[in-house]
Amino acid sequence: MSTRIPLPYTPKVLELFKNPKNVGPLSDASVIAKAGSPACGDMIRLYLKVSKKNNEDYIEKITFESYGCAANIAAASILTEMVKGKKMSEAWKITWKQIADELGGLPPIKFHCSILAVGALKRAIRAYYTKQGKQPSWLPKSLSLEEKQTMEEEELIEKLYSKYLKYDKTG
Amino acid sequence: MFSLCKRVDLMSVKDLLKLHGKPIREVYFDHENSGWAPPEVVEAMLPYFNIKGYGHPSITHKPGWEAYEVVYETKELVAKTLNAENYEQIVFTHSGTEANNLAILGTVFANKHGKGKIVVSAIEHLSVIFPAEWVQKNLGFKVVRIPVDEEGFVDPDILAAYIDKDTILVSIQMVNHEIGTIQPIKELVKVVKDINPNTIFHTDAADAYGKIPIDVKEINVDLLTISSHKILGPKGVGALYVGPKVKLEGIIHGQLSTEKLWPGVENVPAIAGFKKAVELTFTNFEKNISKIRKLRDKLLKGIINDIPDVLVNGPLGNKRSPDNVNTSFLYVEGEAVTVELSLRGVYVSSGSACTSRVLEPSHVLLAIGRKHEEAHGSILFKITRYHTDEDIKYTLEQITEAIGRLREISALKPYK
Repeated sequence: MSTRIPLPYTPKVLELFKNPKNVGPLSDASVIAKAGSPACGDMIRLYLKVSKKNNEDYIEKITFESYGCAANIAAASILTEMVKGKKMSEAWKITWKQIADELGGLPPIKFHCSILAVGALKRAIRAYYTKQGKQPSWLPKSLSLEEKQTMEEEELIEKLYSKYLKYDKTG
Repeated sequence: MFSLCKRVDLMSVKDLLKLHGKPIREVYFDHENSGWAPPEVVEAMLPYFNIKGYGHPSITHKPGWEAYEVVYETKELVAKTLNAENYEQIVFTHSGTEANNLAILGTVFANKHGKGKIVVSAIEHLSVIFPAEWVQKNLGFKVVRIPVDEEGFVDPDILAAYIDKDTILVSIQMVNHEIGTIQPIKELVKVVKDINPNTIFHTDAADAYGKIPIDVKEINVDLLTISSHKILGPKGVGALYVGPKVKLEGIIHGQLSTEKLWPGVENVPAIAGFKKAVELTFTNFEKNISKIRKLRDKLLKGIINDIPDVLVNGPLGNKRSPDNVNTSFLYVEGEAVTVELSLRGVYVSSGSACTSRVLEPSHVLLAIGRKHEEAHGSILFKITRYHTDEDIKYTLEQITEAIGRLREISALKPYK
């Protein structure tokens, strides 16, 4: 196998892995977004139903699908729990660190799982407003850390892939 | 780069294990990475902790001579199982990794010219590839990684193309540790020695020893690696067969012990356990292998029949090690599968990137042409003579449920 690393998960990660919340597609989703890729071994798809209340946008329902390790599934699940029912402007503020802390901590090599979850959420929020044709004032124009990291991970895999396609046999 | 969130600490592992609990049935398949030792092996070790032979094998007193006795009996036994000339050709280390390092680095350091070419296969164990790369990076030797076909075989003609007067060492494993490919080692050695009779040929036999018959004289290898835990011996013992024409330079240095090439007090209890493991392995060898092969085929057939969207990694039938099953389950990720199966009492490992330090999937699977996402879904099973038909049946039930559950959660569906 490849190089090995110990991965002592917290009980919270195992619990969420065993019983993930909010799994599956949403038939009445307002917007769908994904982050990661099969080549990464890490992909999260989020379905959001957005509704208006007192002139504010709320995440009425949110579900996920996930292709990835136990940490990836747990991070996606806890994210949906943390932003369900929140205002879009509130949900936007969530960070990868909050996800990881809510899970009781993650091994450093698994930080990218919580980054990907937040990256997927922010993509979904941006995609929603792009579809609406209006950008709320609280939505920053520049990309957040999680969005940038997610893009980098997706691009890195494309680069690595091409490296293997032209595999140089003389090492 | 990142300010840290809460770190996982030792206390939470205890809580993790409490939450995990003990499944109603346990079937262990991960002997590639380590595993349990049979009671006879444990019994054989116990006296050497505090009853007899607990001395240093090089010291002149009774407990020392008793330690010496078991160390040399084990060497004699191993030599016999390899058809090696005598016990002097067996060097003990503490792991297969150390034996591989001794083979590669010991050959390089003994090489008077200080440069030359080393040829390895693309699917060697990392304990062969990493020392070779180290030598390339730090000592300027040229290292070539021979490609393999989609079943993992090294083509003798391709190997021949890379052998020349500068080739000092070739290292090609006898059986691949992940996909079970049985290399035509005798033919590969002949091809190399016909071109350059001075090239040293090392073979990592850690996954071959005890699974297929090995005769070092017949295949004419110069160096051969063995690992105790792979044959259900204890961790803490590896061995290197060093052929008569080979001069190795020691790579670690210390007080001379029984082992000139690998100083450091021998793990005598583990050697005693290893001796018992060798005895158990080579008693009823053919009968055991036949049983293992039947169980292997039952598991493989069951997986292919019961679960859709599965790839088999490596060759089939007799070209494959009798104990090895390696399949990729599409649309799910391997680490999640290992955790899910663990909860169900089935213990396996995966070639997925998520289980590796560098987040790259198994180099073996990539070398045989698997795409990343195919490698990510790979699961490895090693069958032993202790597995039963009921174990296989239970395992198939659990895998079917496990893959089913994870595919429901998955963001990847066929044709999506």
